[in-house]
Amino acid sequence: MTPEDIQAIFFVECEEAQSAAEAGLAACRAGTQDADTIHAVFRAIHSIKGGAGAFGFAALQTFAHGFETLLSEVREGNAPLNPPLVDLLLRALDKLADHVTAAREGAASPQDSALLMELEAAARYDAAGRFDAPVAKPKAKKATPKAAAPSPTDSARDDSALDALLAELSAPSPAPGDQPREQGWQIWLRPLAGAMRNGGEPLLLLRELSELGAVCLQCDTSAVPGLDDLDPDQAYLGWTFVVPKSVSEASVREIFDFAGDDCPITIGEGDTKWADMPYRPAALSPPPPPPAAEAPGEAPQIDTVPAKTPAAPPVGQSIRIDLLKLDKLIDTVGELVIAQAMLAQRLHNDGVAANEEFNMLEGLTRDIQDSAMSIRAQPIGSVFSRVPRILRELAASTGKHVTLKTSGEATELDKTVIERLGEPLTHLIRNAVDHGIEKPDERLARGKSADGTLTLSAEHRSGHILIRIADDGAGIDHTRVLAKAVEKGIVAADAALTKEEIESLIFAPGFSTAASITNVSGRGVGMDVVRQNVKELGGRITIDSTLGKGTTFTLTLPLTLAISDGMIVKVGDQTLVVPLAHVVESLRPAPADVQGMGVESMMLNVRGRFIPVVSVAHAVGALGAVERPEQGVLIVVETESAGQAALLVDNIWDQRQFVIKSLDTHYRSVEGVAGATILGDGRVALILNVDTLVARAAGPRLTLEPIGLEAA
Amino acid sequence: MTTRILTVDDSASMRALLNHALTGHGFDVAQAEDGEVALEWLAMNEVDVVITDINMPRLDGFGLIERLRQGSRHRDRPILVLTTESSEEKKARARQAGATGWIIKPFDPEKLVAAVRRVAH
Repeated sequence: MTPEDIQAIFFVECEEAQSAAEAGLAACRAGTQDADTIHAVFRAIHSIKGGAGAFGFAALQTFAHGFETLLSEVREGNAPLNPPLVDLLLRALDKLADHVTAAREGAASPQDSALLMELEAAARYDAAGRFDAPVAKPKAKKATPKAAAPSPTDSARDDSALDALLAELSAPSPAPGDQPREQGWQIWLRPLAGAMRNGGEPLLLLRELSELGAVCLQCDTSAVPGLDDLDPDQAYLGWTFVVPKSVSEASVREIFDFAGDDCPITIGEGDTKWADMPYRPAALSPPPPPPAAEAPGEAPQIDTVPAKTPAAPPVGQSIRIDLLKLDKLIDTVGELVIAQAMLAQRLHNDGVAANEEFNMLEGLTRDIQDSAMSIRAQPIGSVFSRVPRILRELAASTGKHVTLKTSGEATELDKTVIERLGEPLTHLIRNAVDHGIEKPDERLARGKSADGTLTLSAEHRSGHILIRIADDGAGIDHTRVLAKAVEKGIVAADAALTKEEIESLIFAPGFSTAASITNVSGRGVGMDVVRQNVKELGGRITIDSTLGKGTTFTLTLPLTLAISDGMIVKVGDQTLVVPLAHVVESLRPAPADVQGMGVESMMLNVRGRFIPVVSVAHAVGALGAVERPEQGVLIVVETESAGQAALLVDNIWDQRQFVIKSLDTHYRSVEGVAGATILGDGRVALILNVDTLVARAAGPRLTLEPIGLEAA
Repeated sequence: MTTRILTVDDSASMRALLNHALTGHGFDVAQAEDGEVALEWLAMNEVDVVITDINMPRLDGFGLIERLRQGSRHRDRPILVLTTESSEEKKARARQAGATGWIIKPFDPEKLVAAVRRVAH
């Protein structure tokens, strides 16, 4: 590996460090930083500085040093991380990027003196600015960068040999003794007990001294105890060496640098006596404590980077992705699912469906899909958490105090669904408090607690999310709702409506039963908008209300907008998809279960309850479909406007996931059709819009006019 | 016998520099990118000298030294820290943390080798 190669590694590293710092500072700006964020930024800048020094990019090193010094103050909590400071750090990062570019391209270094001064000032100001006592520490620390400053600022700048610099730095007091003695000079040294601690070996130091040409004059053995008392980990000997005059004091001191206070040395011309260096094993240097006892207390505090997190996960646990990219991924995954289904179909047709590798592929496809979906998934708690505030506002304006109960906050669903859920949910909550929950005196009169209760819950159920908004208020008064609807001309005066139909009237445009129109709700624009919103999300909303006990709204939403589950059904010459969100059950009726009603209508008896049978063949104008329910399959579906109904189809062909392709964009909007999808065999199938289909077919103003599917 | 050295540094360029300098002087060099990796490696391998950076993710240099000094196998292993600071204060801290010695960054290959020889038994 050539030095150029190594240098190239450094520049790659710089880029990584810059983006790590960028991400960290972005988090600081957004206020989402945690304890590790600033450590990570520090480490990034520190690593650039280290490399810059090693490769001789002095200007870059100097700037990184100034940057790092301020970060160090921030890291130690001396500089409060406020917006102006984050701003300064970001500007510094930009300048650093300029420096790196200049170093890489061999261009002139950018002008940075003003910014450096700003960085320095910020570090100093913040260090001095606040407390009394703790200031001493940062102030003392200020001396350190100053002492180290010559390295980047002065000597290194003129590109001189780093060696000379190093030698200078390594010598604590290079001035007087540095001149070679005429006759050689003497050195007295006495390794103390601690010199053998931490893997140190004084003998190696003496060997190195000898290699410089020093000769041992005398060895003081007076401190050596009797054999019984001898501790092999203690040092007992004192040494006198004569060092040739050609050897500088600095180079000798450098050898003993590692031992430090554990090996005091005295340098002189022969005046010094052993008496000046008494053997002091206990006083100055206690026997080495067991490392285990010493290390935990002291060692981790040496550097402020916490050392006690051995299993800590690596930093950078989240990344930001452009939503468009994510959607592209999810779209592609959707296509993958289709392609997989097509392959399955083809293999099945060729009689190789039970293929092990293919099952594996199927499993993997599903895993990829789940992973892609989970990227977009967010907990619904973010929506729920806004509710207390809504309730507080409502309490202030209506005088109704409501206790909130929530469950399933961790339930995850698609980000878009979450975002678009806020509005309908707010409407429903306002509605529940305004219309549902009674005034405190009314509640007390009915034997309820004065405060109402609103229960919000979310749960996963068979590929869907159920969100319930339940109040313990007055419930829906069917008589009043119907009377109002008749009065408003929404339904005919003689219409005989079921409980569900009456309840669904509150979603009708222009409907409002509030005794007085309030600011909160009651203008009759809320509930139909709610239903529209939920519908747009591919979900549906149902009501369950008991007069005097309360009302529960249930939103059934898809986990994702991109892919849905559906039943693929055959109706004569048509292949259609019934979204699974609507399906309650499917059954093959016995002849006795179906009863005729009039000429064209039939009712299905589902465990004692009669629901209308809707012939899909009639609705879509399919040819050659079964006529009698007992010849085909009935799919019981739940609709929001017309309650339950049973769709008559020839048979259920398959159940699988499908990607919805809007008809509007490719053809035009067709009533009763939600969109189209591509089947496993490559053919296009229409996805039924169950709500409009049933409403058209089974509603009071039922007209069985085929909705022309010639285009399909 | 060849002196075996483990270098621990999260910077790839620093690792390359250390490797270049040490192998060029006949040392047997293994490398780890942080304290955790070093600990894993040291659990399975023998080494004569450890050279470690201080500032590293996951487990930093002082944390690594602490763990090695607490254990039995590497309690007396010479450990050199790579530091950009040459102040007596920093040296005292390194010594206190259990370092045998230090190498001041940016390092000169000769001095690096001298520092290793100074502690390699």
